[in-house]
Amino acid sequence: MNSPAALEIVSPGAYASVQDIGRRGFRRIGVPWAGVLDPRLMRIANALVGNAGTTPVIECFDGGLQVVARGAAVRVAVAGDAVIEIECKGERKALPAWRSVTLADGEILRIRRMGSGRIAVLALEGLALPQVMGSASTYARAGLGGVDGRALVAGVRLPAQAASGGERILAQAPVVDERPIRVVGGPQAEHFSAEAFETFLGSDYRVTAEADRMGVRLEGPVLGHLGATEIVSDATVPGSIQVPGKGQPIVLLADAQTAGGYPKIATVIGSDIPRLAARRPGQTLRFAAVSAAEGERIARETEAQTLALLAAICPFAAEGVDEAALYSANLVSGVVHALSPEYRPLTAVDD
Amino acid sequence: MCVLDAGDAAFTVEFGDAIDPDLLAAVNALDVGIARLQAEGGLPGVIETMPTFRSLTVFFDPLQTGREILLEALRPLFAASGHSGGDNGRLWHLPVCYEGIFAPDLAETARSLGVSEDEVVALHSGSEYLVYMLGFLPGFPFMGDLPKALRLPRRPEPRLRVPPGSVAIATGLTAIYPWESPGGWHLLGRCPVSLFDAGRESPSLLAAGDHVRFVPVSMAEYERIERSLKAGEIEPQHWLTSPRAEDAEVLR
Repeated sequence: MNSPAALEIVSPGAYASVQDIGRRGFRRIGVPWAGVLDPRLMRIANALVGNAGTTPVIECFDGGLQVVARGAAVRVAVAGDAVIEIECKGERKALPAWRSVTLADGEILRIRRMGSGRIAVLALEGLALPQVMGSASTYARAGLGGVDGRALVAGVRLPAQAASGGERILAQAPVVDERPIRVVGGPQAEHFSAEAFETFLGSDYRVTAEADRMGVRLEGPVLGHLGATEIVSDATVPGSIQVPGKGQPIVLLADAQTAGGYPKIATVIGSDIPRLAARRPGQTLRFAAVSAAEGERIARETEAQTLALLAAICPFAAEGVDEAALYSANLVSGVVHALSPEYRPLTAVDD
Repeated sequence: MCVLDAGDAAFTVEFGDAIDPDLLAAVNALDVGIARLQAEGGLPGVIETMPTFRSLTVFFDPLQTGREILLEALRPLFAASGHSGGDNGRLWHLPVCYEGIFAPDLAETARSLGVSEDEVVALHSGSEYLVYMLGFLPGFPFMGDLPKALRLPRRPEPRLRVPPGSVAIATGLTAIYPWESPGGWHLLGRCPVSLFDAGRESPSLLAAGDHVRFVPVSMAEYERIERSLKAGEIEPQHWLTSPRAEDAEVLR
């Protein structure tokens, strides 16, 4: 099929990369999973454009991503609490996230900023990229996946299919969950005193500027070790909380090294890794302990919630009041005319 | 042996807390046992395993299985894990140039160990090393054990950029950096053979349980090898001196 449609990166913003569910089966040779930090966003964005849930998407941090349709109309959708605008021939229109939109050839979509959180996911209808070791996820350190194994840069073109079908919308955006980040104690909890573990659970930890796809360095009350501050290196998992000698925890994420020599006081459960990764530098967070069994129960509960969200995706109403758009627009800035399914020019710049 | 929690989707079976070939054998025996059970379809929901010096971490999908179900299924393997299988690791003779810019820490290492540079090279290339595990970076092999005379801690100040191919030592172990990365080990030489290639069926050249000897080569020889590899005239398998049975098939 001759498909000239493409989505070109005008600007990657703070950091943008192609990700899918990740690269499984190679941790034993030192290759992390990579993959989206928030799989739910990937599944929703893909569903909005009619892709299979695990189709590769663009994951971006802190807004600033700008893309333009080339060659034909392409359909995209942004999942995440993002403030979006579309630019066509110099005219700017605001658009809520959580819906698909067809960009005509030359139309620009821009993530102006994030509401809450720092991660947004953009799905592109029909995005097809070669898999490397079973995944299209970018792991830049080893040049794997994505486009040329690197993070996205201006000028990169992602091949798409020409837009098809009607637009879809997620009826109601997911509720922002501000509860503590849940962890399972261990695998090296015994390297810390009971007091240190209480401090870990009872204190605010601040996200430092060193927070990316590899991990999040936190700052807060020192967690003292009992004895040695290093262990014989063993496996890390996504969510591992290492505590080096200085006593400040580091939470490992999708791109982190597969083995490490610092004791791990606890592990963030899979359901809460997206919420942790979404915390911005300067924000604080707290941890709460759950058992491994409770973590498994929460995983099933989270999956049920995700399936409910996916089931609530419906055709976008082209007529009448769009309550979902009204709802999200009011959350964002209050300057969007949401009475129309069409987006109006911004009347004020709010950031 | 004990089982450690690693969140809601993994656990670690730990056999001890030292770097020791016997512990590695127990780890590998459990790893092989799990692979066999998986091949028989006996462990649905297990995603992968990660063997390390002294433990094996099992990654699973909590939507498909659970910690207690898996521990029950693995119990027969735990009982048998004291009896490791035979050593079926391969032996590699990898070229290393211990000269000039390839060996930025050789002089200082010799000084702090109180031996000559030649002795450091002779000691490092005079032993056969066991690949205990791969990790930290894709294809990065932790190999041991270094001769006692070569044991020293990491550099006090890690380098921000260690060049790929760097052959390094620290804390009783030796390694080759497959990628440019930060690193705190002492750099004694450079290996021209690529340790990782996503295009190969087995992207990592080395596997846990393999054995490695380093063969000193001159700068000129290093460059010749590098050119030949780039031109595709030789394959990395060229340095495999004692293949496993299945690899021998491929080489014939």
